[in-house]
Amino acid sequence: MSPDSPGADRAPLLVLEGVTKSFGAVAALRGVHLALHPGEAHALVGENGAGKSTLVKILAGAHAPDAGRLALDGRPLELRGPADARAAGIAVIYQEPTLFPDLSVAENIFMGRQPLRGLRRIDTAAMNRDAARLFARLGVRIDPTRPARGLSIADQQLVEIAKALSFDARILVMDEPTAALSGVEVERLFGVARSLCERGAAVLFISHRFDEVFDLCQRITVLRDGAWVSTDRTSDLTVDAVVRRMVGRDVSSLYPKQDAPLRDTLLEVRGLGRAGVFSDVSFTVRGGEIVALAGLVGAGRSEVARAVFGVDRYDAGEVRVAGEPLPAGSPRRAIAAGLALVPEDRRQQGLVMELSVERNATLARRRALSRLGLLVGGAERVEAQRWTRRLQVKTSRLSAAVATLSGGNQQKVVLAKWLATEPRILIIDEPTRGIDVGTKAEVHRLLSQLANEGLAILMISSELPEVLGMADRVLVMHEGRMVRELSRAEADETSVMFAATGQGAAA
Amino acid sequence: MSLTDTGTPDDLAGRRSSGDDRRRPGFTERLLAVRELSLLLALGALVLVTTLRNDRFLSGQSVKDLLLGCAILVILAVGQTLVIVTRNVDLSVGSILGLVAFCTGSLFLAAPGLPWPVALLLGVALGALCGAVNGGLIAVAKVPALVITLGTLYAFRGIDYYWAAGRQINAADMPRSFLRLGNQTVLGVPVLFLIAVVVVAVVGYYLRAYRGGRELYAIGSEPAAARLSGIPVGRRVFAVFVASGALAGLAGVLYAARFGTLDAAAGTGLELQVVAAAVVGGVAIFGGSGSAYGAALGAVLLTTIGSSLAVLRIDPFWQQAVVGALILAAIGLDRLLALRTAARLRGRSARGA
Repeated sequence: MSPDSPGADRAPLLVLEGVTKSFGAVAALRGVHLALHPGEAHALVGENGAGKSTLVKILAGAHAPDAGRLALDGRPLELRGPADARAAGIAVIYQEPTLFPDLSVAENIFMGRQPLRGLRRIDTAAMNRDAARLFARLGVRIDPTRPARGLSIADQQLVEIAKALSFDARILVMDEPTAALSGVEVERLFGVARSLCERGAAVLFISHRFDEVFDLCQRITVLRDGAWVSTDRTSDLTVDAVVRRMVGRDVSSLYPKQDAPLRDTLLEVRGLGRAGVFSDVSFTVRGGEIVALAGLVGAGRSEVARAVFGVDRYDAGEVRVAGEPLPAGSPRRAIAAGLALVPEDRRQQGLVMELSVERNATLARRRALSRLGLLVGGAERVEAQRWTRRLQVKTSRLSAAVATLSGGNQQKVVLAKWLATEPRILIIDEPTRGIDVGTKAEVHRLLSQLANEGLAILMISSELPEVLGMADRVLVMHEGRMVRELSRAEADETSVMFAATGQGAAA
Repeated sequence: MSLTDTGTPDDLAGRRSSGDDRRRPGFTERLLAVRELSLLLALGALVLVTTLRNDRFLSGQSVKDLLLGCAILVILAVGQTLVIVTRNVDLSVGSILGLVAFCTGSLFLAAPGLPWPVALLLGVALGALCGAVNGGLIAVAKVPALVITLGTLYAFRGIDYYWAAGRQINAADMPRSFLRLGNQTVLGVPVLFLIAVVVVAVVGYYLRAYRGGRELYAIGSEPAAARLSGIPVGRRVFAVFVASGALAGLAGVLYAARFGTLDAAAGTGLELQVVAAAVVGGVAIFGGSGSAYGAALGAVLLTTIGSSLAVLRIDPFWQQAVVGALILAAIGLDRLLALRTAARLRGRSARGA
């Protein structure tokens, strides 16, 4: 379809104006505006954490915006829940399928809207027939009567698409629908999206795959850090221009990493693989070095970290710490060998929210601090004080529950907990996600200091500026594979982003 | 993860055709049907063995006693099914039954001329009110139903004891017409059992054929997805507890009519039997699957085991052990079926890929 399709000049179907949404202290969206025109596919692109998924949730009625307005056909639209969004004709295909495993595929498609017969009973035969018809339109064969449990991810995604089709949506929102689909299935999905457009619907398409974006969409909106950057006709843009808008920021001043003398190789990973998750991952980290593991969400970075640390098993390859092989599958042995892992999800994996700051800070060292198996309060306190002071944790007292601290300070407590084990190798997953700018700088300064003291640091980060500012080397993963290694000099926004989106040859 | 760049159109087509289309329709229904069939078979075998040992087990009076004995448990198990299907549990049903039963007796004591249908409606209403307390607390406190209803189990029982203050209500205090409800038969079938059958049929059909019923399964199957697809999860769960309470209220009135003698301890410990009946009947404790029919059959089976072991003069200790073994067998069977289904589905999609 050419960008000058007949719908391009009609009045917009759905308009968002000045939409703002914060979660706690973190602003996910700041005054975003967006207009979806009938008969057009509109792409929404941006880095991880740019606010795309929040925008989708607002359109789906799952989040209410803090400020700003939505309008449908020029009339104000208020979405108090997912049911309202459906009633307004907005269908959403989420990144993660949301099916009911116990129910049949047909019921999953028509839940709450099943065709009825006399006495308002569900007409099961008609429902199965309608579902089969939808699948025929998509060109796939899935038995409508089978349970959704056991469907492959791609099939689940197809059921989601059938669901969205089934209620003749006027606005179809697709949040990275193609991640699990093959080329043929993507073509079919695009065929369906185009036919919806021809009938006057509007499509909002979110994807990291630029070839698909340029293939399907007539307009492209770029978000960065929760703010609107630009909206242009696709015909006026190039992939280069879009990538530059996604990342365009002055980064060098923000994240200083002092040059530390490089020491011996501390962590060596060779040919690490886990069926279906990642394969043939090899890299080394030397003392005094910060190595960043970059890539898009779902590229397998956290999974690699968890496998190295022994939380998850791996099928192939080996991990060596200072030349000694590290047995797989044992976090305890990993800690003993001098590894520490600061996980991405602090609340679930890093902290016991109800316990005090000092308890949390010394959690990983209970054994070393105890006398005859009993924890001695004094030893715990001294230890906790040492690290919380060094990390400048802002808390009224060490006995306060961790849940009462801000996100940034919680992150510092997690760091304190692992630094107290005196590791030689620190693996840190998204060190500054969801924390304010000031604390971010403190965490970065601390990481730089630690590297200076000879630690080997492997940092997983989805924030490009952080990667570029902090890392001595950047390893880029794409769909479970290590696709590129960039030196500090080679790494810039464009080269990392190109590699992360699977366009390795460029840059 | 990355079918994307490796899959050619050909092996894609292979994957599709080796997959789903060969499965005949009605897979889930057949599985469920098998479950209810196996319960019926177990029930038949049990009756047969017991009758061979003692032929009076199938006499008219004995069957009548059996049907009478299981009616109340069946009604409670059906109410419990509604709750468990949504991934919740209602432990307060025994206490609601006791409270309503004593209340019904007191009502007749206070107003001897009261027509029994009015008492029945009042009992159901009181049960529904108790259920609304459960549902309201769960909605407001956002605490698992297990904890809330464990609390109200003691709270409702406490109210019952406070009110009864050691008194006992006897059959003589209640009108003859009401007591007849508890023992009367139509064509040899106890009225109590007929009421239970009606309850099973109505709830069972609602769960299967109405949007509201299917939404309960959706909630239990994947609560987050239910919310995203616009199902009013909070309201539905509240309604389910009201319904469970109302059915416990109905059971309480019928309990009063059947036994005549009432004190504050009526129905103590019944809730565990009710959950056991539902689980044996194939209602998955994690929600999302099971039917009212299955739960009702489970209740009948448990009651029959009780009386047949008595007829066979087997120590009551063994009765408990058998019930325990049955629950474990039911759960084991569910797990086995789930694993086999999953393995088969996986096998099919792996072959073509």
